[in-house]
Amino acid sequence: MTSSKFAAAFGLLLCTGLALAQNLVVKGKTVHTMAGGAITDGVVIIKDGKIAAVGKASDIKLPDGVKVIEAAVVTPGLVDARGTVGVSGLYNTKHDSDQLERSAAIQPEMRAIDAYNPMDKLVEWVRGFGITTVNTGNAPGALVSGQTIVVKTTGNTVDEAVILSPAMVTATIGPGSLESGGKAPGTRGKQVAMLREELIKAKEYAEKRKAAEAKKKAGVEKKEDTKDESKEEGKGGGGDSRNLRLEMLSDVLDGKVPLTITVNRAQDIESALRLQKEFGFKLILDMAAESYLVADQLKAASIPVILHPTMYRAVGEAENLSFETAAKLKKAGVLFAIQSGYEGYVPKTRVVLFEAALAAANGLKFDDALASITINAAKILGLEARIGSLEVGKDADLALYDNDPLEYTSHCVGTVIDGKVVSEGKR
Amino acid sequence: MPMKISSCFVLAGTGVWMALASGVACAQDKPTAFVGARIIPIESAGKASPEIERGVVIVKDGKIVSIASLEKGADYNAPDGTTVIDCKGKTIMPGIVDTHSHVGGIGAADGSGTIQPSVRVSDSLNPFDSGFRRVVAGGLTTINVMPGSGHLMGGQTIYMKMRMKDGKPAKRMEDLAVFIDDDGVAGGMKMANGTNPMRDPPFSGTRGKSAAMVREQYIKAQEYGVKVKEYQDKLAKAKADGKSEEEINKIKPPARDLGYEAMDEVLSGKRIVHHHTHRADDIATVMRLSKEFGFRVVLHHVSEAWKVADEIAAAQKEGKVLGCSVIVVDSPGGKLEAAEMSFATAATLEKAGVRVAFHTDDWITDSRIFLRSAALGVRAGMSRAGALRAMTLSGAEMLDLQKRVGSLEPGKDADLIILSGDPLSVYTHVEQTWVEGNKVFDRSNADDLLHAVGGFGAGRDQEPYFCCFGNQ
Repeated sequence: MTSSKFAAAFGLLLCTGLALAQNLVVKGKTVHTMAGGAITDGVVIIKDGKIAAVGKASDIKLPDGVKVIEAAVVTPGLVDARGTVGVSGLYNTKHDSDQLERSAAIQPEMRAIDAYNPMDKLVEWVRGFGITTVNTGNAPGALVSGQTIVVKTTGNTVDEAVILSPAMVTATIGPGSLESGGKAPGTRGKQVAMLREELIKAKEYAEKRKAAEAKKKAGVEKKEDTKDESKEEGKGGGGDSRNLRLEMLSDVLDGKVPLTITVNRAQDIESALRLQKEFGFKLILDMAAESYLVADQLKAASIPVILHPTMYRAVGEAENLSFETAAKLKKAGVLFAIQSGYEGYVPKTRVVLFEAALAAANGLKFDDALASITINAAKILGLEARIGSLEVGKDADLALYDNDPLEYTSHCVGTVIDGKVVSEGKR
Repeated sequence: MPMKISSCFVLAGTGVWMALASGVACAQDKPTAFVGARIIPIESAGKASPEIERGVVIVKDGKIVSIASLEKGADYNAPDGTTVIDCKGKTIMPGIVDTHSHVGGIGAADGSGTIQPSVRVSDSLNPFDSGFRRVVAGGLTTINVMPGSGHLMGGQTIYMKMRMKDGKPAKRMEDLAVFIDDDGVAGGMKMANGTNPMRDPPFSGTRGKSAAMVREQYIKAQEYGVKVKEYQDKLAKAKADGKSEEEINKIKPPARDLGYEAMDEVLSGKRIVHHHTHRADDIATVMRLSKEFGFRVVLHHVSEAWKVADEIAAAQKEGKVLGCSVIVVDSPGGKLEAAEMSFATAATLEKAGVRVAFHTDDWITDSRIFLRSAALGVRAGMSRAGALRAMTLSGAEMLDLQKRVGSLEPGKDADLIILSGDPLSVYTHVEQTWVEGNKVFDRSNADDLLHAVGGFGAGRDQEPYFCCFGNQ
């Protein structure tokens, strides 16, 4: 590298660094804060990448010398509660498809952080429509397919992008994960049996680890015993030898990480609820095509739903899905988000903005549709203190539109992440 | 229900299909007037027609009788006994034409070879498939059901009208098929290039081989055509010369070859090629082959058509390339050759002067939300008029059906849809779909609504049998 090129590159880095601590003013004819009602002629003041003030433009003094951008409609940056962008790439070839490992049925140890490519073009694609946060990672398809992470749709490295890891452990009950570990699981009954066995192992593992740690603390070490134990247990592990798989599942059992179970049929939803009751983990339902049949049960058990994309294909186990499910879940009082999901072919990713729009056209109110891809998605991810609404102290993630964001013919005209304009133009 | 419906509908009594049956009788016997809607005729006597703010459409015996404006105090004349349907506040446009669909649980060519022109998708079609209920829920009235793209030539497509037979859902393929006069079921020929049909032998493994295999078959088809022509000429001459029956019987036709027969229909222009193609160079290859053999072709999907829009326009002027049927999906990619797919493709083609239609590729996209494709086209810069024409008349032109469908003009099939609002709005629903003067979908019927929005019992839709997809 020549010295001038080096200087240029260095200069660029400096700029980026400055941009991280961004000050900005965003004005909107309508500002949907998702915390209270919409503001007409509103303004959002951003300082150091955080929201410093939100309110009516007439009530707030604008800081001097700060860049101002404007749009007809301003919303919080959209939150996609479950996708696979960056893990399953645009090209859908071997080199960019890391969303599903098929070597075993249960592999919760697989971290999405080790597979996420923030440079994938699909990340940029969704960002162009106002999506600033995605819960991405291992796709459905194995009994336990791995972990997810929550990322901002920006940054050149995963470390810059990630805001929560692990976010979830993901499992699938139903035809989606049949034979994901060779012959087994071959039936729904076997799927649940395998999950139960594994969770029981994780419980025992956690107890043994605790005991071993207690022993260590007490200064009593029986090295030979533990060696024997780990040999005997093989993959199961135990004693003080670490087992990543059971470690992750014990975090699930401790409630540190939710278990997100992909289910579509009502009967499979009930299996998930039964498991949750037995083991007490934090359950999030994923896809849930027939959730409208058991909405009251979900409400009673306070189980949130990351609903399938509204335009998901109504075939196979999802044959009974409905455009109206979101509206029905809302009516039943179930906390839900609408996801982009995983797509194996074309389109390679869906866009939650469009999925929420179709739900809004089928009985869901505008505000509730927007909530399903902002604040309610943030709540399900446990990140509502940081993202999902325009409130003082939160990350300055915003999306700008030239008209009703849900309308087909409107455009996203800007995306802001941590106070920095990351997408411009008309999309 | 927002619509004031005629007395004969009131008589219809219970049950969805009873109501429809009654509708049939009305439509066939007496005129029906759709009154008070915003009307989007698309075209009138060969010229783009402006939208009518408030108007009336009168249909009779399955055909459109008249379209008129009711603005400035104008009234309309309808014969006694006309069934009046109040459509105030609604929008009426022609039934939508889908140039590329896979509904019906179809399966055409199999794994035995890559060029299978004799295979007819019509022989694999299940009229009971719930996909057809969703088609009418989306306002689609004419569709081209195609074999998949896993073959260089995947078989014969079928052009269908979403009719109800005697007011009941169709039971036979023949109830739904479009027939060309005496010539049987109308359809095109499905072809594909690029990566979908590429795989191990006997399929092609490279683009060069793909084109070579297609050329070889077209040359054989040409030669077969020559033999048939020679036979016909000999026979005609013998008859004209007054030869004896014995001598005439000695003149034998060439052994029939169903594949070459179908390809000769392609070569004569009677059967249009519907060509799956994505990459700009693949599009150019299709145009090159069309020029060499003189077949008429519609370019389908065309992910990279925006790169060669002027070249496509030039080929269209030469007469054999009929235009582009564009698919709109939510993101690019999914395979390498669709990596540069753009929402702006339709707009770019329109500006270059290329005839543009859209298609669902159902089940790639859902027929129920097909109007969204036009709306996203407009989002990316297409004109409103162009986008609405792309959903209707331009598609009809790509199926040689423009004299029958695609616009609201007197004499054309009474295929129309009643919308709750603007066709390009996400909030708009298709409220009713009419085909040849019969109502085939009504959102106010519980069973129709179930298929329109989904829900328990919406039915088992069959995935198309897409044999032989190759390298992605």
